[in-house]
Amino acid sequence: MKLGFALRLAVRESRHGFRRVGVYMAAITLGVAALVAIHSFRDDVARSVQEEADVLMGADARFEANRPLPDSVTHIIDSLSAAGVDVSRVTTTLSMVLAPKSGDVRLLQVQALQGGFPFYGEVETTPAHSWGRHAREGVALVDPAVLTQLQISLGDTLAVGRVRVPVVATVENTPTDLGYQTAVGPRVYVSQATLDSAGLLGFGSLARYAVYLRMPDEGARHALRQRYSSVLRATDVSFRLAEDQAHRLSNSIRFLGRFLGLVGLGALLLGGIGVASAVQVYVRERRPAVAVLRCLGADQWTVFAAYVVQAAALGLIGSGVGVALGAATQRVLPVLLAGVLPVPVSTRFSPAAAAAGVGIGVWVAVVFAFIPLLEIKDVPPLQALRQDFEPPRRRRDPWRIGAYSALLASVFLLCGVEAPETSVGLVFAVALLVTVALLAAVAWGLTRLTRRFFPTRASYPVRQGVSNLFRPHNQTLSVTLALGFGAFVVGTVMQVEGSLLDDLTVSFGQGRPNVLLFDVQKDQVDSLRTLLPASARAGLEVTPLIMSRITAIDGRTPAELRSDSMIPREERPRRWALRREYRNTYRAKLGSAETLVAGRWWDGTPAAGDSGRAVSAGDLVPVSLEEGIAQDLKVGLGDTISWNVGGMPVESVVTSIRHVEWSRLQPNFFAIFKPGYIDDAPQTIIMLARIPDPTRRADFQRALVHVFPNVSALDFSRVQEAIDSVLSRVRTAVTFLALFSALAGILVLVGALATSRLQRTREGALLKTLGARRTQVLTVLFTEYLALGTLATAAGLALAWIASAIMVPHVFQVTFHTHPVPLLVIWGAVAGLTLAVGLAGSRGLLRRPPLAVLREVPE
Amino acid sequence: MMIVAQGLEKTYTSGGRPLPVLRDIDLEVAPESFVAVVGPSGSGKTTLLGLLAGLDVPSAGRVVLDGQDLFALTEDERAGFRAERVGFVFQTFHLLPTLTALENVLVPLELRGGGRGLRSRATELLDHVGLGDRMHHYPAQLSGGEQQRVALARAFANQPRILFADEPTGNLDQETGAAIVAMLEELNREARTTLVMVTHDQALAERAHRIVRLAGGCIVADEEAGAPAPSADGTDSAAPRP
Ligand SMILES: Nc1ncnc2c1ncn2[C@@H]1O[C@H](COP(=O)(O)OP(=O)(O)O)[C@@H](O)[C@H]1O
Ligand SMILES: [Mg+2]
Repeated sequence: MKLGFALRLAVRESRHGFRRVGVYMAAITLGVAALVAIHSFRDDVARSVQEEADVLMGADARFEANRPLPDSVTHIIDSLSAAGVDVSRVTTTLSMVLAPKSGDVRLLQVQALQGGFPFYGEVETTPAHSWGRHAREGVALVDPAVLTQLQISLGDTLAVGRVRVPVVATVENTPTDLGYQTAVGPRVYVSQATLDSAGLLGFGSLARYAVYLRMPDEGARHALRQRYSSVLRATDVSFRLAEDQAHRLSNSIRFLGRFLGLVGLGALLLGGIGVASAVQVYVRERRPAVAVLRCLGADQWTVFAAYVVQAAALGLIGSGVGVALGAATQRVLPVLLAGVLPVPVSTRFSPAAAAAGVGIGVWVAVVFAFIPLLEIKDVPPLQALRQDFEPPRRRRDPWRIGAYSALLASVFLLCGVEAPETSVGLVFAVALLVTVALLAAVAWGLTRLTRRFFPTRASYPVRQGVSNLFRPHNQTLSVTLALGFGAFVVGTVMQVEGSLLDDLTVSFGQGRPNVLLFDVQKDQVDSLRTLLPASARAGLEVTPLIMSRITAIDGRTPAELRSDSMIPREERPRRWALRREYRNTYRAKLGSAETLVAGRWWDGTPAAGDSGRAVSAGDLVPVSLEEGIAQDLKVGLGDTISWNVGGMPVESVVTSIRHVEWSRLQPNFFAIFKPGYIDDAPQTIIMLARIPDPTRRADFQRALVHVFPNVSALDFSRVQEAIDSVLSRVRTAVTFLALFSALAGILVLVGALATSRLQRTREGALLKTLGARRTQVLTVLFTEYLALGTLATAAGLALAWIASAIMVPHVFQVTFHTHPVPLLVIWGAVAGLTLAVGLAGSRGLLRRPPLAVLREVPE
Repeated sequence: MMIVAQGLEKTYTSGGRPLPVLRDIDLEVAPESFVAVVGPSGSGKTTLLGLLAGLDVPSAGRVVLDGQDLFALTEDERAGFRAERVGFVFQTFHLLPTLTALENVLVPLELRGGGRGLRSRATELLDHVGLGDRMHHYPAQLSGGEQQRVALARAFANQPRILFADEPTGNLDQETGAAIVAMLEELNREARTTLVMVTHDQALAERAHRIVRLAGGCIVADEEAGAPAPSADGTDSAAPRP
C-alpha cells in the first residue's frame, strides 16, 4: 500500500462528488450536536446541583413527616436547639383562602414559618428584603399568582381559616423551589402562630411538617444521623441531609439526561444509515474510475484507503461542526427546561464532551461507510475494458463479516454507554435494530404489494412514477428508513399523548365530577348537600375516609413479621406497607375503576374465572384489598388483618382482592370494609360533586368558606390547567429533541433525492424526446415523490401505532385509542415535504432542453 | 418535402465566449428517403439532429417538419408533435430502466394517450425485432444489441413519419450493428418512414440514398449514395443490398 499516493488520491477524488455525501454528514453533525449538548448539559446540571446542595434544601438537614412530629423526635430537636443548633419549623397545608375584598376563594398552599429558614440562599421578594416579616409580624407573603387569582393587591387582607392577615409582599423566587411545585397551588406564607390560630390543622388535613437544621459541620450531621437512626426508624419521620437530597436530584436528572442522550444517539445512527447509503451510490459511480486506477497499477488497498480517508475526513468535519452546534445548543437547554430544573444551571464548555462527540462522530461515519467502501477493493481492473464485467461475488469475505460485526458491536456499545443503565441501553439497541429491520420489512412488503396490485389501468405517468421507486440504485429503502424513523418517533409521541389526554377527559370531562370537597365532618354532610346547587345534589358522591393502621396480620405484629428469621427477607411483608397510615373506607358497591380479581364481593358476585372462591369472615369484618397492597403485605384470601381504626381495634378477614385503575382521578382505596361494621369509627368525608357552570361553582365555594370553614374545595378545572401546563412543558422538551431526529431524517431525504437527480433528469429528458408534455413529466415526478413519502410514513406510522398500542396500556396504564387525525397530519407533512424537496430539486429538468441532457454521457 | 431547414445556426456559449457549432445550414429531405449524416467527431451532427427533431432551439433559422414550423410551437406542443410523428433511436439506447421491454415500447403509445390494441401492437413490434420471448425482461437483463432492438421497436411504435437515429450502432460490435441497420431499413421500408441517421461507419452510410457530410458545423458535401432514392411516385424501387 502506498500511503502518500492514497492521501493525494483522496484529496483529488474528494473534489468530485464526494461532497454529495456531505449532506449525510450534516445528519451526523446533528447527532453529534445533540450528544455534545446533552453530555455537557448533564455535567452542568450535576455540577450546579452539587455546588448548590445546601441552597437547594435551604439548610443542612431536615426532619419531615405528614403528621405532627412525634415526641421522640421533638425531644431530639429540642436538645439540638439547646446545644445552639439553628432550628426552623416549616408547616405546609392546603386550605381554602378567601379574599374579603373581591369575595374570591381559592384552594391554596399555606406555608407557616417559624425561625430563619432558609439558612442558605436568598428569597427574592417585592418589595425587596420582605422575607421573614411574616414569621415575625404576623403578616402574609404570597406568590404573585395569588394576587391575580384572587384579584387583590398588596395591602389587602386574606382570610385564612379563622384569621385575617394583611398581604405585604410577593415572593418572586425561592432557592428551594422546583418551579413546578407552585403549579399545584400558589402559596400563602404566614407565621406558625397564624396557622395555629387559623384552626386549619384539623384531623385529616393534607399537611407536611418539616423542621430544618443549620449544621455546617458535616461530621456533626452524620453523627446525628448515626445516633438517632433507630429512634427515627420507629417513626414515619424522614431525616435527610442536604447532600443526600442533591445526590438524589442529580441522579434523577442524570437519568433524564441519559434518556435524552439516547434520543441524540438515534439522530446520529440515522445519519450513519444515510452515510452508508450515500457511499454505496457514490462507490457505484466511481467504479469505472477505480477500475482505471487499478489498470494503471494501483493496488486494491491503496485505492480503498483513499476512500476510507475521505470518509474519516468528512466525519471529522461533520463532527467538528457538530461540536460547535452542540455548544450552542447546550446554552439553549437550560432555558427550555427552566421550569423543570431545580437550580440555575451555569453552562461551561466541556472538553471531554466535545472530544467524545468528535470521536463518536468520526467512528460512526467510518463504521457505516466501511461496508459499502469494501466494494472498492474488489473492483477488478478488467472492468475498465468491459463495463458489464461482474466479478464473481465472494460469499464469505472475512472483511465484510468483520465490518458488519464492528457495526453491530458499535451500535450496542454506544447504546450501552449512553443509556441510564447498561440493560436499558441494550434494550434500546435491540429495539433500534428491530425498528430498522421492521421498517425495512414493511417497506419491502409494501413495495411488493404496490408492484403486484397497482392497477395497470392507471394513467401512464402515474404508473411510471410508481415504478420509479424500483429503479436500479434507487434510494427507496434509505428514504423509507430515514423518514419512517422520524414518522415513527413523532407518531408514537402523538398517539401516546392522545391517549393520555383521552384519559384526562374521562377523569375531568363531560359528566364527571369537577369539585372535590374534603375534610367534611359526618354531621355536616346533610347541610352541605343543601348548600349545593339543586342540579348537583343527585350525582353527589359521598365517601368516608377512615384513618387506620395495621396492628397485626394473622395475629402477628409488624415487628414480629419483620424480624421473623424463618421467612426469607423478600417474602416478609414490606416495611412501608406495615407502617403506613391507611385511608380506608366502607362501601356497598364496587367502583367504576375497580374489578374483582379474586374472592367474592359482599353480595356474592364472584371474580371472573375460577378464582372467585368464597371466603367466610365468620364474626369478623370482611375486607377487600387492592391487589398491589395484598402483595406487599403478603396476604391472600382468608388471612386476617387487625387494624387500629381511630383508636378502635377491628379484626378483619380478606374476602376479596381488587384490581384498581389508579390513573382514574377518583377516590380509590387499598382497603374497603363491608358496610355495617365500622360505620361509626372516627372519620372524615370527601364528596365529589358536579357543578358545570363556573360562576355557580365560584358562588358555591364562597358560601362554603363562610358556612363550613373547615371544608376545603378543590376545583378540578384548576388541576387540569396545572396538568396541561406540565404536559405542554414536557411536550416542548420532547419536541425539541425529536427535532434533531426529524432534521436528520430530512437531510437524508435531501441527500437521497440529490443522489438520484441525475438519473431522474435524464429520464425526464428522454420522456420529453419521446413526446411527453411538461405536465406528464411533472405527473411522473409528483407520483414518485408522493408514493415515496407515503411509503415511508405508512411504514413508520404503522410501527408507531403498534408501539403505542403496546406502550399505552403497559407503561402508562391507560386505555389505548387510535387517533387518526395526528397520523394523517404526519402523513400530509412528510408527503408534502418529500414533494417539496423533490420538486425543488427537479426544477432544472423542466427548464433544460432535452438534447443537453441526453448528450451527457451516462455514468 | 418532409424536412426543410433554412439558415439553421446554433451557437453555445462556452466559458463566456460564443462557440458556433452549426453555421447556416440549409437542408431539404424528401419523404420516405434515407439520409445519412456523416462527419468527424465534434462536427455538429448530434446538434443538427437535435434541432431537426425540436429537442433544442436554434440560435437562428427555422425547421419545417412534415409541414409544421417547429419553432412556432411551444415546447409542449413540440413534444406533442414528436409523440404523433417523430421516432428516435440513440447511440446509448436510453431505455427506461424501470420498465420491461414491452412497457418501454408502450411508452410513446401511452404518452399519446388511450386507444385499444396498444399492447398487441407493441407485442407485434417486439416479435418483429425478434424479441417475442423477452418481452417481460428489464433492460438490465438484455444485451446491448437486444436493448437497441427494443429501442427500434419503441421508435416505430407510434408509426412516425420521420425517424432520427444518432449513431445507432456506435455502441455495438460490427455484426450486431449491421443486423440493427438491416432491421432499421426493413422497418423503414414497411412503414414508409423518412429516416435520418447519423453514423461514423462509411459502409453503413453507403446504404443510404443520400449522404450529407458535416465538418466544423457546415455542410461540406451532399451527394447521392449507392442506394437509389425512391422514385417520384413514392414507390420504393430500391432493392435491398446484399
Ligand atoms: N452545451 C454545450 N456547450 C458548449 N459546447 C457544446 C455544447 N454541446 C455541444 N457542444 C460542442 O458542439 C460541438 C458539436 O457537438 P456534437 O453535435 O455533439 O458533435 P458530433 O455529434 O458531431 O460529435 C462540439 O465541439 C461540442 O463540444
Ligand atoms: Mg454525436
